Amino acid sequence: MVAGRLHDGPPQPPTRHRRVRRSWRYTHWLYLAAPLVLLVVFTYVPVANLVSYSFTDWDGLSKTSQFVGLDNYTELFTRPKLFQVFFVSLFYLAGAVVQIVLALYFAAILGAGVRFRTFFKGILFFPYLINGVAIGFVFLYFFQPGGTLDTVLGLFGATPKLWLGDPDLVNTSLAGVSVWRFLGVNFVLFFGAIQAIPTHLYEAAALDGATTWQQFRHITLPALKPIISITTILAVSGSLSVFEIPLIMTGGSNNSTTFVIQTLKLAFQFDKVGLASAAAIVLLGLVLLVTWLQRVLVPDERVEMS
Amino acid sequence: MRRALAVFLKYLSLVLATAVVIVPLVTILLTSLRTEREMATGGPLSMPGDWFNFDNFATAFVDGKMLPALGNTTFILFFSVLATVVIGSMTAYAIDRFQFRLKKLVLAGFLVAALVPGITTQVATFQIIEGMGAFNTRWAPILLYMGTDIVSIYIFIQFMRSIPTSLDESARLDGANSFTVYRRIILPLLKPAIATVVIVKGVVIYNDFYIPFLYMPSRDLGTISTSLFRFKGPYGAHWEVISAGTVLVIVPSLIVFLLLQRFIYRGFTSGALK
Repeated sequence: MVAGRLHDGPPQPPTRHRRVRRSWRYTHWLYLAAPLVLLVVFTYVPVANLVSYSFTDWDGLSKTSQFVGLDNYTELFTRPKLFQVFFVSLFYLAGAVVQIVLALYFAAILGAGVRFRTFFKGILFFPYLINGVAIGFVFLYFFQPGGTLDTVLGLFGATPKLWLGDPDLVNTSLAGVSVWRFLGVNFVLFFGAIQAIPTHLYEAAALDGATTWQQFRHITLPALKPIISITTILAVSGSLSVFEIPLIMTGGSNNSTTFVIQTLKLAFQFDKVGLASAAAIVLLGLVLLVTWLQRVLVPDERVEMS
Repeated sequence: MRRALAVFLKYLSLVLATAVVIVPLVTILLTSLRTEREMATGGPLSMPGDWFNFDNFATAFVDGKMLPALGNTTFILFFSVLATVVIGSMTAYAIDRFQFRLKKLVLAGFLVAALVPGITTQVATFQIIEGMGAFNTRWAPILLYMGTDIVSIYIFIQFMRSIPTSLDESARLDGANSFTVYRRIILPLLKPAIATVVIVKGVVIYNDFYIPFLYMPSRDLGTISTSLFRFKGPYGAHWEVISAGTVLVIVPSLIVFLLLQRFIYRGFTSGALK
């Protein structure tokens, strides 16, 4: 790193103030130089470029491009084939709801204390650490016709289904994989928050004759409110930007294309960088909108950084 | 009676959840130990004839180019993590220990960037990486991974607040300059935070698929993720080999998890909240 050299700086005058913070007025910029350059080059310049590409018909290769005004945005919202991929997000959103409820349930029962708690905690969390491609293969095999799932369900008398081949079923299956993968991180967050609740609250409630459900409803839930709200927002923006699991498992075939997969295909397969940029801007706008809504609806001090 | 039933249902739900997590993984493990012949005859849950049949692992490891993949992943991991720690801790140092006018703006700059889903900007980031000549080199993912990781900056700031400023001040009185304070006082005390960042970032990079997939299409530049993904073509029907490759990729994660559980829970809970 260049940093080592940067800090030799000008000689420091000996200071005798109580707050000896300032060696040279601009020292902090030396520490911030590298991160700010990276921040601008890899986040803000790309966003600015996306905006400017989105008004052109650029193909990503040629030196020139035409200014097309709002055509890309109009195309995005009027061509049903381009827009309907948003409905795929609804499957993942439903999956996220299931995921949050299950995570809450497991956090509550493990928080109250069970045998082999560390073991169950580890089991529930571990999928989150597994490589996405590996998860994709695990479930491609799991969902195969006549594969593990069909065999297990066959024991209960269910008929085999085309879990990934049936366009009406594929998104449910993929959303299920997503729940399998991400349940653990929600669970651990909730579990940590439950551990932080003072136990004497539960003891007092139990003395007063509160049932387990009442304790959960009136002690646990209110304490978890901030974290549930953040998790919900992350779930919404997460379901809008799903791409890895469907890309690896089905490549977006059979009705399983998500908005991000479509955007990436437009940009890198069909050389429609202009249209893809407009799509990226729409998604970015939606994610920022959802986050902003959360900040307005549920003011939360946890997210503050300073 | 009702209590006993409640306890029973509680454990039943835990056992069911355990089965849902484990069954898909165990079937992959079983499959990886079966021979091609056994694959054709047995069902998905049948046991391998020889529990020590590691032929598929050898095929996956050698033909699947897992060794160079491990090399590439390690190379990327090392430089990205090193840069993240250096850059992240310096950023946190500047933000937490210096008072300056544009601090709010700088902070806002990082926070807003954290909201931008990285995947959406790839359409434009691609042009920048290509313009730098980093496309199809291992520097492309390194640059992208080290580029402003807000989560690590946040972890560092949180931790740095617990380091008393009186330590810096007395060092300053002894004539140390700000870099000496950073290098000799802050950095050593940040060790637990550094461990957390290294683990979280390490897991994220080891598992990342899309960035190497997009920026390093060259066959020689496969990472763990992309090399495993390439099993899909040539071994399309050979699930025993694909399974062996998958097991090879999962085992390191399992080992890291078992050894570093405490750090991992802490890291991912602080990371997920931004």
